[in-house]
Amino acid sequence: MDAPLDFRGKAGIADRLFGFAALAAGTIVLVALGTIAFTTTRRAWPALDAMGFDFITSTRWAPNDEVFGAGAFVYGTLVTSTIALVLAVPVSIGIALFTTQVAPPRWRKPIVYVVDLLAVIPSVVFGLWGILVFSKQVLPVYELLHGWFGGIPVIGALFGETGSGRNFMTAGIVLAVMITPIITSLSREVMDTCPTTDREGAYALGATRWEMIRGAVLPHSRNGLVGAVMLGLGRAMGETIAVALVIGSTVGVSANLFAAGDALPARIANEWGEAEGNWRAALVGLAVALFVITIIVNLAATAVVQRTGERGGRR
Amino acid sequence: MTDTLHDGLADDSSSTDDAPVFVTSDLSVYYGAYRAVRNVSIDIRQNEITSFIGPSGCGKTTVLRCFNRMNDLIVGARVDGSILYRGIDLYGADVSAVEVRRHIGMVFQKPNPLPKSIYDNIAFGPRINGVRKRSELDDIVERSLVRAALWDEVKDRVKASALGLSGGQQQRLCIARTIAVEPDVILMDEPCSALDPIATGRIEELMQELKSDYSIVIVTHNMQQAARVSDRTAFFTVEVNPESDRRTGVLVEFDSTKKMFSNPADERTENYVTGRFG
Repeated sequence: MDAPLDFRGKAGIADRLFGFAALAAGTIVLVALGTIAFTTTRRAWPALDAMGFDFITSTRWAPNDEVFGAGAFVYGTLVTSTIALVLAVPVSIGIALFTTQVAPPRWRKPIVYVVDLLAVIPSVVFGLWGILVFSKQVLPVYELLHGWFGGIPVIGALFGETGSGRNFMTAGIVLAVMITPIITSLSREVMDTCPTTDREGAYALGATRWEMIRGAVLPHSRNGLVGAVMLGLGRAMGETIAVALVIGSTVGVSANLFAAGDALPARIANEWGEAEGNWRAALVGLAVALFVITIIVNLAATAVVQRTGERGGRR
Repeated sequence: MTDTLHDGLADDSSSTDDAPVFVTSDLSVYYGAYRAVRNVSIDIRQNEITSFIGPSGCGKTTVLRCFNRMNDLIVGARVDGSILYRGIDLYGADVSAVEVRRHIGMVFQKPNPLPKSIYDNIAFGPRINGVRKRSELDDIVERSLVRAALWDEVKDRVKASALGLSGGQQQRLCIARTIAVEPDVILMDEPCSALDPIATGRIEELMQELKSDYSIVIVTHNMQQAARVSDRTAFFTVEVNPESDRRTGVLVEFDSTKKMFSNPADERTENYVTGRFG
C-alpha cells in the first residue's frame, strides 16, 4: 500500500455544523419558553405574593381594594373553551371525514378551500360579527333553550335566564367557529395519511364505509386527531379580542351558560391600559395562570394518548 | 338470480362439490377508457389452490381483485363480462360488494394489520358481523390464531399491538383475521412477496392446511411457489399494441399445475416457466 488510507471523509464538518444548527434551533424554543415563564412570573410576583393561593381560588377581582382573585377568569376560560370544543370537534372531524373518505374527488378542493378561508379571517372580525349580529340574533334561541331545559334539575342550571346575548355560550360558539378550520385542516391531513392498504384490509373483511373508518382510519389518525384538538383548544384558550367583545366582561362564576362572565386573556386586554402597580402585576399573573393551564392541559392530553396507545394500536 | 348470496351459498356447497366456485366468462377490466385485462375465462374449483402467474402488468392482480369486488374502490374501474360465484352474478344489480367480501376474503401483498391489538384485529371482522359476546369473540380469536399457526407465538400477548409482530407473523395474523369471518374463498395477492424464505415456507404450509376448508386463489410472482402449492395454474401475459403502445393483460393458458410446468400447450407458457421470458 503506497498512500496511507484516509477514511475521515469530508462530510464530518458539515454534519457537525448541521447538528449544532439543529440543536441551537431546538434550544431556542426551550430558552424562550423558560424566559417567558421566568420574566412573567417575576413581573406578576408582587400581586401573587400579596394574594397567595387566593389568587387562583378567589373569585373576587376588585382592583380598587387591591384584591385580585383570578378564579372567575380561569372559570370563564375553561367554560368557553369547553363549549368551543364540544361544538367544534364533532363538526371538524365530520368535515374531515367527509372530504377524505366520502366526498367525490372533484368536490374535495372546493370544500378544503372554503374551510381554509374561514381560518384566515382575523379574530376581531369574528368578534365584531359576534357582538353586532350573532349575539342579538341568537337571543331567542337561548330563551327557547331556557324554556325547554331550564326547569330540569341539575341540567337546568346550565340553561338559566338570559340577560344580553353576551355571555359564556356566545363566546363559546364564536370560538367554535374560529377553531373549526384548524381542527378540520389538521384532521384532514392525518386522515389522508391512512394507507390504502389499511383501508382495503378493512374493506376485505366486509366492512361498510363507516366500519372501515372506525376500524382503519380513526385508529390510524388517533394521535394526530388529539394533536389537532389540542391546537384548537390552545387557540380557544388564548383567544383575546373576539372573546373580550362577546363574553360580557363581568366578574362572575355561574353554572348558567347564558350568564355574562370573563376570560383570562380578555380581562388582560380590557384592563391593561388603565392598570398600574399591583393591578398591572395581577394582570401579568393572569397571563401566568393561562400559561400554566395550557401546559397542564397539554400534558394531560399527552398522557391520555400514551395510555390509550399502550392499550390499543401503536407500538 | 333472485337468491340472496347467503342462500345460494348454503344450497350449493352442500349439494354439488364438483361445481366450480367461480365461473368467469369473457371478463375484461377497464380503468377509465383503458382496458387493463381482456377476455379472461376461467373456473375456480372448490378446495383447490389456484395460482395466477405471469410477468408484471399482466393483470393477474386485477383479475383477482374482481373476485371480491375490490376494484370497486378504484375510481373509474369497470368490469365487462361476468363472474358467477356459486351461480350468483357478482356484478349483478342487487349484489352488495360488502356482502360479497364477507364470503370472499383477501390477504394482501404487504401485511396490513390495523393499528390495533392482535385481539382487536381478529375480532374486527366478527364484530362488524354482529358478534358481541366476549366469550364468543375469545373463542373465535383463539380458533383463528390456532388455525393460522400463530397462537403459540402470541397467546401471551394478544392485547399487544399487532404492529409489534414480525412481517411473517403479521401476514399470518392477516390470514387469521380473514379466517375469523369464516369466508368460503380466500384470495391471496402475492402474500409472501414481503417475507423471507422461512416465513414464506410457513405460509405455504398453512395454505395446504387451509385447503381442506377453503378454496384459495393466489397471485404470485414466484413460479416455484405456484409449482409447489397450487393444484391449477393460470398463466397471464401482456400484449402490447404496437400502434398505441397500450398494454393489455390476457390469459394464455389455464390447466393443472403439473401440466403447466411439464408440458404446457402454449409456447409462451413454456418460455415463461422455463425462464426464457419474464
